[in-house]
Amino acid sequence: MNRFVEYQIKLFCWISGVVLIGAIGILLAFLFNKGISSLNLSLIFGETRLLDGLLLKTEVVDGLFPAIIGTLLLIITSIIWAIPIGVAAGIYLAEYCNIKWKPVFNLMLDVLAGIPSILVGLFGFAVSVFLHKHLSEHIYPCFLISSLALACLVLPYIIRTTEQSLVNLPFSIKTTGLALGASRLQNILFILIPYNLSRIISGIILAIGRCAEDTAVIMLTGVVAMAGIPNSLLSQYEALPFYIFYISSDYNSQEELMKGFGACIILLSICVFLFALSHILKRRAVMRFTTHT
Amino acid sequence: MKPSIEKLAEKGFLFSALLSASITILIFSFMVFFSFPLFKGGDIAAFFTLEWNPCEGGFGIVPMMVGTGIIASLALLIATPFGIGCSALISVFSTGYFGRFLRKVVEFMTGIPTVIYGFIAIFLLVPFIREIFKKGTGMCVLSASIMLALLILPTIILFISDAFNSVPKNYLDAADSLGATPVQKLVYVIIPSAWKGIISALVLAAGRAVGDTLISLMIAGNALQIPRGLSDAARTLTAHIALIIASDYESPEFKSIFVCGLILFFFTTLIILVLRLLGYFKILRNR
Repeated sequence: MNRFVEYQIKLFCWISGVVLIGAIGILLAFLFNKGISSLNLSLIFGETRLLDGLLLKTEVVDGLFPAIIGTLLLIITSIIWAIPIGVAAGIYLAEYCNIKWKPVFNLMLDVLAGIPSILVGLFGFAVSVFLHKHLSEHIYPCFLISSLALACLVLPYIIRTTEQSLVNLPFSIKTTGLALGASRLQNILFILIPYNLSRIISGIILAIGRCAEDTAVIMLTGVVAMAGIPNSLLSQYEALPFYIFYISSDYNSQEELMKGFGACIILLSICVFLFALSHILKRRAVMRFTTHT
Repeated sequence: MKPSIEKLAEKGFLFSALLSASITILIFSFMVFFSFPLFKGGDIAAFFTLEWNPCEGGFGIVPMMVGTGIIASLALLIATPFGIGCSALISVFSTGYFGRFLRKVVEFMTGIPTVIYGFIAIFLLVPFIREIFKKGTGMCVLSASIMLALLILPTIILFISDAFNSVPKNYLDAADSLGATPVQKLVYVIIPSAWKGIISALVLAAGRAVGDTLISLMIAGNALQIPRGLSDAARTLTAHIALIIASDYESPEFKSIFVCGLILFFFTTLIILVLRLLGYFKILRNR
């Protein structure tokens, strides 16, 4: 290989790196340049007074408050569905499942993890149509359906991180409890899980991040542009990512558009914070793990 | 703990695992259940025609399949050279400050929601593209592919650079002792021994590109036509599913979105099987 070609290859790599950083830099600079001026309390609470809005005394009409609360409630509910099932399934795959069945479970979960989120949304929608026809006329796409569909979406992440955190433990840790006479369940609950808890939590936080950012699932399962704070599991609701999508196609004034930019900054901050937290916890788990072995 | 509790806990764990695995089967069954009348009626061939025109009985989803194919392949075409370049930079050429910074930026990118990419693109990239082509709205195949490339780049870069890093150290030492330059090491040692990782990364990225909804929905223009050029608008399968507003649950329109769903499901399964064949999951699980 002559010097010139080598030089070209190296130059290309540097250019691609610089272009990537430049592209992201430009996108973020544009977002913050447009949106920073709209970041204030009236973006969130509109004309309503801060305390009244927070205590739900008056309904916030022209602010992001209902969308933010909708997203938070959605995250909490989905995670409540997903954590127990995900962690239990992870424990089963790591500790109980026999060799014969494991490939079947793995294939199913890998496909589930790879399914486009719009399909999970379509599934939720189909379930609500099915229930509407066969169970009760009052069931429409709603908060409950959305949270269940989101739980399906994030379940594979939680299962995999739980499984990995248990499987990758050093042999000595796995067997010490058993040698001291602990039962299988005691060994799992009191030794293995606490030992690598931060790894499991990092998976859960990643799942929370996915719930917060996902738009495709909720847009088919009951999110609407104007609904206020949901008052029951069967009502429609607002959410931050859908608000951004809605504004992008349907803004009436420059002011509304600016609110869209503000909403982007808020959502971006939430997601980046969650991903960073997950990353730090995972790294800490790995570090602790390597110092012990 | 009492043996009965042990048994109960084991049953609970098994039940959760079965429940999770059955979701995949459930999703598949629902897609089949809702599109089944079409298969039975024998008019399934009508869906694989070129026309989508519900008023006149045309429900062809071929334009959406072509749209998905073109946008996703173009995104991959744009992202692949950048992806390999950046990974080489991170793992080989710049292991110092800049490489670490680049990796941090890429990790940061994985946390950016897709809807935000779409939102920024509408007000930044789309007007720019409109100026270049001097026609149309700027919502076209090219805009969507560029943003989609940006979206799948982190997947590609993080995975390839991990594959580069896992090349056995004695290979690199051997190359060093023969006096290889970093570029020669990359071209003759690292890329040949990490090719499975590179292919896996690209297959994985293809899956993400096909499955993404928001970017194509927001900036591909959603026109019901087979795009004839980079400046034409197009609609993807995912966007087609997201756009459907059918109140009549028995209509062929409504059922056709489940055919789209089935196609996406099969595509996902295919991707997973290819990744298995390449040993991707083994790499992932040993990390």
